[in-house]
Amino acid sequence: MNAYPGLPEFDYLKPDTYAEASEFLVAHAGEARPFIGGTDLFVQMRDRVLRPKYLVDVKGLEGMDEISFDNSQGLTIGAAVNMNRLIAAPEVIEHYQILAEAAQSVASYQLRTRATIVGNICNASPAGDTIGASLLLDGMLNIYGGQGMRQEPLSTFFLGPGETILQTGDIVASIQFLLPPDGLKGKYIKLGRNKLSDLSIVGVTAVGYPDADTKSGLHFKLALASVAPVPLVVEQVGEILGSTPVTEETLKGAAEAAMEACTPIDDVRGSARYRKLMVRNLSLNALRDVWHKLRK
Amino acid sequence: MGFHRINLTVNGEFEQVDVTGYMTLLDMLREKLVLTGTKNGCAAGECGACTVMMNGEPVNSCLVLAVECDEAEIVTVEGLASDTQLDPIQKALIDAGGVQCGYCTPGILIASRALIDRNPDPSESEIRAALVGNLCRCTGYMRIIEAVQEAAKM
Repeated sequence: MNAYPGLPEFDYLKPDTYAEASEFLVAHAGEARPFIGGTDLFVQMRDRVLRPKYLVDVKGLEGMDEISFDNSQGLTIGAAVNMNRLIAAPEVIEHYQILAEAAQSVASYQLRTRATIVGNICNASPAGDTIGASLLLDGMLNIYGGQGMRQEPLSTFFLGPGETILQTGDIVASIQFLLPPDGLKGKYIKLGRNKLSDLSIVGVTAVGYPDADTKSGLHFKLALASVAPVPLVVEQVGEILGSTPVTEETLKGAAEAAMEACTPIDDVRGSARYRKLMVRNLSLNALRDVWHKLRK
Repeated sequence: MGFHRINLTVNGEFEQVDVTGYMTLLDMLREKLVLTGTKNGCAAGECGACTVMMNGEPVNSCLVLAVECDEAEIVTVEGLASDTQLDPIQKALIDAGGVQCGYCTPGILIASRALIDRNPDPSESEIRAALVGNLCRCTGYMRIIEAVQEAAKM
């Protein structure tokens, strides 16, 4: 027998409208799944972790393949916009560089031809590379459900590994980011087992921007991947670095707070203890990098 | 389980194929069209041996459904050479000694061709980044990287 058999049998559908797609998913609850790039789903199906009877290809639905930007609405990325396209988009390079940096760290070029930000988010892996940047940029998801389109903040989207607030029949159409604060700088540090292409053992996303409302004059945000059941935003980092002048010592304090906040597990990619220590060290590196960029 | 009739272009030739929903592009190329140059390595998007061009961009054909290729243009390793003329990347890989067992070679060729198409003068680090999804257990990569540099000059 083949060590890696092909995909298990399923039927493929490509509906023309959100209503049609959503109704089918509801009518075949538990048996049907929507998909876009399939880069994660097909691997899980090949390994027989998932055995859907129907796959509903939602790539052809209206707006899925569009990327748009203006100053009032910010950036809207259709669910089927692939990561290579996102990375190369001029408006992303100009205003949302941290998002491009995170997407660039995902797997390989040929995988990114198929992989999408919305897919990465809906997959809800705590290791998702683009989720930290999406959280820190206050992403909002446009979701089609039975009642039409609604908007949900990304901050309350994740419930656990692979678990989200999405209900049967929901289809995420796009993710939207308002124009980030002036002067925002960011850094994504991914620790993998190799320098490029691996899943993260620890992922640290940091952003910072000038903010007259804080005592330090700066506002920092930090998100962690692969060290909690859901992608984790460490609120204490913003509080520590907002309330006192930013120095090497306060950065260390913020990095310690990140280490305290995370709850990693032992797994094949690294131990919980190692992850905790790496969260501290890499959070310090990421915050310091952002701080230096802000001082330039 | 129903069949889907798809129309596509493979290496410049029109093809009409009946496929199941769960057949991958890789299996269609190898089993239906007998284009066995494209290899099945990991079947999980890690090794890149199955890399083919889909509408001008490289994809892992093990993670694309055949049915998604309706109206698509596919180029496999068999489509790189024209008549008796090798593609520059093929010639460069031979000249540099960048082929040993050869299993990764079709994927390396397609990923390299795609890189040079989008970036005609890649740096060494850009070549390394572009080939990160193509594993080779024989060559140690140096000669492959040299070959891509040479091919870009041709």
